[in-house]
Amino acid sequence: MIHFVLLISRQGKVRLTKWYSPYSQKERTKVIRELSGLILARGPKLCNFVEWRGYKVVYRRYASLYFCMCIDADDNELEILEIIHHFVEILDRYFGSVCELDLIFNFHKAYYILDEILIAGELQESSKKTVARLIAAQDSLVEAAKEQASSVSNMIAQVTK
Amino acid sequence: MEQLKTIGRELAIGSHGGWGQSKEFLDLVKSIGEARSKAEEDRIILREVESLRRRIAEPDVPRRKMKEYIIRLVYAEMLGHDASFGYIHAVKMTHDDALPLKRTGYLAVTLFLSEDHDLIILIVNTIQKDLRSDNYLVVCAALAAVCKLINEETIPAVLPQVVELLTHPKEAVRKKAVMALHRFYQRSPASVSHLVSNFRKRLCDNDPGVMGATLCPLFDLICADVNSYKDLVISFVGILKQVAERRLPKTYDYHQMAAPFIQIKLLKILALLGNGDKQASGHMYNVLGDIFRKCEQSSNIGNAVLYESICCVSSIHPNAKLLEAAAEATSKFLKSDSHNLKYMGVDALGRLIRINPDIAEEHQLAVIDCLEDPDDTLKRKTFELLYKMTKSTNVEVIVGRMIEYMINISDNHYKTEIASRCVELAEQFAPTNEWFIQTMNKVFEHAGDLVNVRVAHNLMRLIAEGFGEDDEGAESQLRSSAVDSYLRILGEPKLPSLFLQVICWVLGEYGTADGKYPSAYIIGKLCDVTEALLCDDTVKAYAISAILKICAFEIAEGRKVEMLPECQSLIDELSTSHSTDLQQRAYELQALLCLESRAVESVMPLDASCEDIEIDKNLTFLKDFVQQSIENGATPYIPESERSGMSNVSNFKSQYQHEASSHMLRFEAYELPRPSPAHVIPQVSVPTPIADLFPVPETTCNSETSQASKLPSVAGASSAAHGIKLHLDGVQRRWGRPTYSSSSGPSSTTSTEKTTNGVTHIDGVGSQSRDKLNESRRQQPEVSAEKQKLAASLFGGSAGKTEKKATSTQRAPKGNTRNAERPGAARSRSPETSKEKAAPSVPDLLDLGEPNPTSTTIVDPFKQLEGLVGPTPMPSPLDNSVKTSGFETPDLMAAAYTDLPPSGSSSGSLSSTTRDMYSVDKTSNTATSVPSIKKGPFPQDSLRKDARARQVGVTPTGNNPNLFKDLLG
Repeated sequence: MIHFVLLISRQGKVRLTKWYSPYSQKERTKVIRELSGLILARGPKLCNFVEWRGYKVVYRRYASLYFCMCIDADDNELEILEIIHHFVEILDRYFGSVCELDLIFNFHKAYYILDEILIAGELQESSKKTVARLIAAQDSLVEAAKEQASSVSNMIAQVTK
Repeated sequence: MEQLKTIGRELAIGSHGGWGQSKEFLDLVKSIGEARSKAEEDRIILREVESLRRRIAEPDVPRRKMKEYIIRLVYAEMLGHDASFGYIHAVKMTHDDALPLKRTGYLAVTLFLSEDHDLIILIVNTIQKDLRSDNYLVVCAALAAVCKLINEETIPAVLPQVVELLTHPKEAVRKKAVMALHRFYQRSPASVSHLVSNFRKRLCDNDPGVMGATLCPLFDLICADVNSYKDLVISFVGILKQVAERRLPKTYDYHQMAAPFIQIKLLKILALLGNGDKQASGHMYNVLGDIFRKCEQSSNIGNAVLYESICCVSSIHPNAKLLEAAAEATSKFLKSDSHNLKYMGVDALGRLIRINPDIAEEHQLAVIDCLEDPDDTLKRKTFELLYKMTKSTNVEVIVGRMIEYMINISDNHYKTEIASRCVELAEQFAPTNEWFIQTMNKVFEHAGDLVNVRVAHNLMRLIAEGFGEDDEGAESQLRSSAVDSYLRILGEPKLPSLFLQVICWVLGEYGTADGKYPSAYIIGKLCDVTEALLCDDTVKAYAISAILKICAFEIAEGRKVEMLPECQSLIDELSTSHSTDLQQRAYELQALLCLESRAVESVMPLDASCEDIEIDKNLTFLKDFVQQSIENGATPYIPESERSGMSNVSNFKSQYQHEASSHMLRFEAYELPRPSPAHVIPQVSVPTPIADLFPVPETTCNSETSQASKLPSVAGASSAAHGIKLHLDGVQRRWGRPTYSSSSGPSSTTSTEKTTNGVTHIDGVGSQSRDKLNESRRQQPEVSAEKQKLAASLFGGSAGKTEKKATSTQRAPKGNTRNAERPGAARSRSPETSKEKAAPSVPDLLDLGEPNPTSTTIVDPFKQLEGLVGPTPMPSPLDNSVKTSGFETPDLMAAAYTDLPPSGSSSGSLSSTTRDMYSVDKTSNTATSVPSIKKGPFPQDSLRKDARARQVGVTPTGNNPNLFKDLLG
C-alpha cells in the first residue's frame, strides 16, 4: 500500500502532498523535512529507493521535481517506480508537455488526476486512456458549468481555456 | 466598476499565462516560489492565511470566489500551515449543486479531514445523496470521498448504497465502489465480511479496470485467510495467462508490456496461494514459465514483473526449472549496472537462497560489491541478505561488518534494527563465549539505548549460567573475562544506561569472585558510575545493589568491610532520594552492614543468581498476622471478584469503555429511551480502604516481576531480613522470561557446514573466512583496475575515478564534472556494445507509439532554460546523447544550480523560468525573452524548432522526450 505521495522540488519546496495513511499536520511537516533532506542529498546514480522508518520511499526525479511515494517494506519498488511514471505520463498528456509550473499553478488538477490513478493507497486504474477519458469528462462538465454562467465569465473561460 | 476591474485583470492573466486563476493567487504562488528561505515562505503564507480568514468569513462570498479561496486554503495546508478555520466552508461546498464546486469541495475535504474529524458527520448526508445521483461523475466524486473519509462508525450509513453501486452500468463507478469496499474491509473487516462474495463476482467483470481493482481487496482477503480461496487458483492462473497473452485491450499495455500492473498483482496473489501447496503450485508452473520467457528485460516495468515472478517462484512449492529461470534472472539483476536492479537482485537472492543456498555462490563478488557500495540503501539491503545467510561459520565476519556499519550511522530506526539483528545472530551462532560477550559489549556500547531490555537480561543470564556446559572452569573464566572487559569499558565516557546496568550487575555478582580485584576497587568503580553525569535512577539502583552484594560477600567471608568515603556519601545521598526504590536499597545496605556474617550469608548467598526462588503466592506467612488483626476487630478481606461498588475502579472503567465502544452512530430514527440501569447507584457507595491494607493476590504476582521494592512493603511488617530476601529475588526476576536458547550456540559451532554462501566460500573457522574475505576483496581492486584500464585506453586519463567522485559529491566544480562525465558516460556504454545498440531501438519512454522524425530535436523549453540559467551552455553533442545516457542530466542541472550566485539560486531560477515559460510556451516569442541565448547556437535553434513545432500543430504530448526522460538509464 502507498502511504503517501510527495512532490518536492530540488530546493525542497513542496509541490503536492497526498496522505493515504493518517498523519497529523505536525507529523507531515516532520516527514517532509526528513525525507527531503534524505532524498535531495542522494546522488544521481544511486538507487531510487530509500529505507525509512521501516518503510521504503521510492522516488524519481523529473527535471527539477522529485516524485516520492512511501510504501510498505514488502512492496515491489520497481512497480512503484513505474506507477510514478504512469502518473507523470498522464500528467504529461493532460497538460501537454507538463512542466513544474503547470503543477504549481494547477495543483488541484494534479490532485484530480492522482485521485483517478490511486485510491486509498492502491493503484485503481492502469489504463492511461481510461484515466484521460474520466478527467476529460469531468473537465467538460466544468466547462459546461462555466458557460452557463454570465457572458462575461464565459468570455474569460474561453480566453483562459 | 470593481467587478469590471477584476475582469480586466483576469483577462490580462488569461492572455498571459492561462492558468485560470486570479491574479492574487498567481502572485501568491509566485512570491512563494521566490521566497529565499523557509521563514520567508512561512511569513507569506501566514499573511495569506490571515487575509483568507477575514475574507472567507464575509457574508455572501460569491461561489466562484469561494472556490478559489478553498483552493488557496488547500495550498496553505499543503505547505504545512493550519487552515482549519476554512474546513467548514469546504464541507459546505460539497453541498453545492454545481459539479465543479462540489468536486472542489470534495477534493478539499479529502485533503483536509482525517477519518476521525468531527466534521465528517456533516458530510455523510451529502455523500448519501450524491451516491444516489444520476450523474455518474457526482457518484465518482462521492465514492472518492467515501474512500478517504468514511470511518468505522459511518460505514453502515453508506454501505448499502456502495454495494448497490457494484453493479452500476458505468465501469468507473463499479471500480470505485470496489475500492471503497476494500477500504471498509481495511477499516473494519467485520462490517463487510458478509459481502466478500461480491469481490469474487467482480473478478469476472468484463471491464479489465474493475477486474484489476478487485485484485486489491482479494489480495488482502487472501493474506488473511488463504484456505478459503484455493478454489480461485485456476481462475487467477487463467486470468494471468490471458493477460500475458495480450488478450486485454491495448490501452492496458504499458511500455510494450501487457497490463503489467495487473500481472504483478496476480503474481502476488499466486505467491500467497501456492505457498506450501503442491497442488495449487502445479497449476501455476506453466504460466510462470511463460512469463519468464516473455518478459522483456530492457524495460523497467519488465524487470518489475520479472522480480515479482521470482518472488512468486520462491514462495510456491519449488520447481527446478522455474528456480533455474529465477536464478538466471536474479543473476542478470545483480550483474546490471543499475543500482535499482542490483537492489532488486540482492532482494531476490535473499528469497532464493532460502530454497537453495548454492545459488549465492556464483554471486559472491557481486554481493561484496554491493556491500562496499557508497549507496546506503544498497548496503542495507545487502546486510539484510547477509543476515539471512548467516551460519555459525561466517557469523564472525558478518556480525563484525554489521557492527562496523552500525557505529557510523545516525538513523536511530535502522540502528535499532541492525543492533537487534547483531544480537540475534550472536545469540544464535556465537562460536565462543568470549566472542559473544565482546560482541554484545560492542553492540551495547554503540547502540545501548536502542536495544531491547530483554537482550541485556539475556546477557546477564548468559554470564550467570554459562552456555549450559558443566565446566565450572570455563564458566568462571568467562565471568572473569567479562569483569575484566567491563572494568576496562567503564573508563569510557557516555555509556548507555542499559549497558551500565549490565556492567553493575556483573560487577556486583562476579567482581570479586576470582579474587583478582579487591572489593574496595570494585566498589570505588561502582561509586564512579553513580556519579556520572547522565546516570539515571535504574543504574543507581543497580549500582547500589551491586555494592550491597559485594559487601555481603565480604562479610560472609569474614572480612571487615571498610566503608569508602564516596560510598558512604552515596548511601547518604540515596537514603534521602526522591525515589523510594533507591531509598529502600540504601537502607537495606545499611541494615546489612550491621548484621553478623552467618545471617548475611543466608540472606545473600554467593553466586546464587541462578537458583530458583519459590514464591509463596498465597502469602501463608501472613496468616498469623491476619488472624490476629481479625481478632482485634479488623474487617475481613473480601476478594476482588466478590466486591461490588466504587472501590473497584478498574471494573468501573472497563464498563464505561464497554459502553463507549458499543455506542455507535445511528442513522435511523431514535427508539424510546431505555430505563437507566439500577445498579449504577450502589456503585457510588463508600469506598473501602481494604484494598490498600491487604493486597490482592494477583497484584502481588505482578509486582514480583516488575518492581522489586513492592514486595518488601507487603511483607515489611514481618521481618527486615525477610524483606531483603524478597528484594533479592526481585533483582533476579528482572531478567524476564528465559528466552535465550543457550544450547544452540555451541552445538552449531561444532557442525562444519559445507554449504557455500555469498560473502565467502568457507568451511572452517572465522580466521580462515576472514582471509577469504580479504582475498575476495583483493580481487575487487583488480577488477576495477581492469575497468579503469579499459576506460583509459579508450578515452585517456583515469576517467573512472574522477567520475565517481564528481557524481557522488555533486558539488564538484563544473568543469571537472563535465570532463569527467563524458568519458564516464561513454565508458559505461562502450563495454557492452550490444546494449548500446539496443538502447536507441527501444522506443523512448514517452514515445507513445507514434514515431515522429522531429521528436529528437524538440527540446522542452523548461529543461533548456535550466541549462541556460547556468553560465556555461550545454555542449550540443552531449545534449543529443542524453537520449541514450540519460543519467548524466541531473549532474548538469546540479552544476547549473550550484553555479548560480547563492542569493538568487531559487528565486532566479523560478522567476526567470516563469517569465520564459510564458513567452516561450504560449506566445512563441523566443528571441527577445531569452537574454543569455547568444552563448551557443544550439539552444536558440532548438527553442525555435520547438516553437515552430507548436505552431505547426505537432502535439507535444507524445514527442517530448526530454523533460520526462528516464533519468535512470
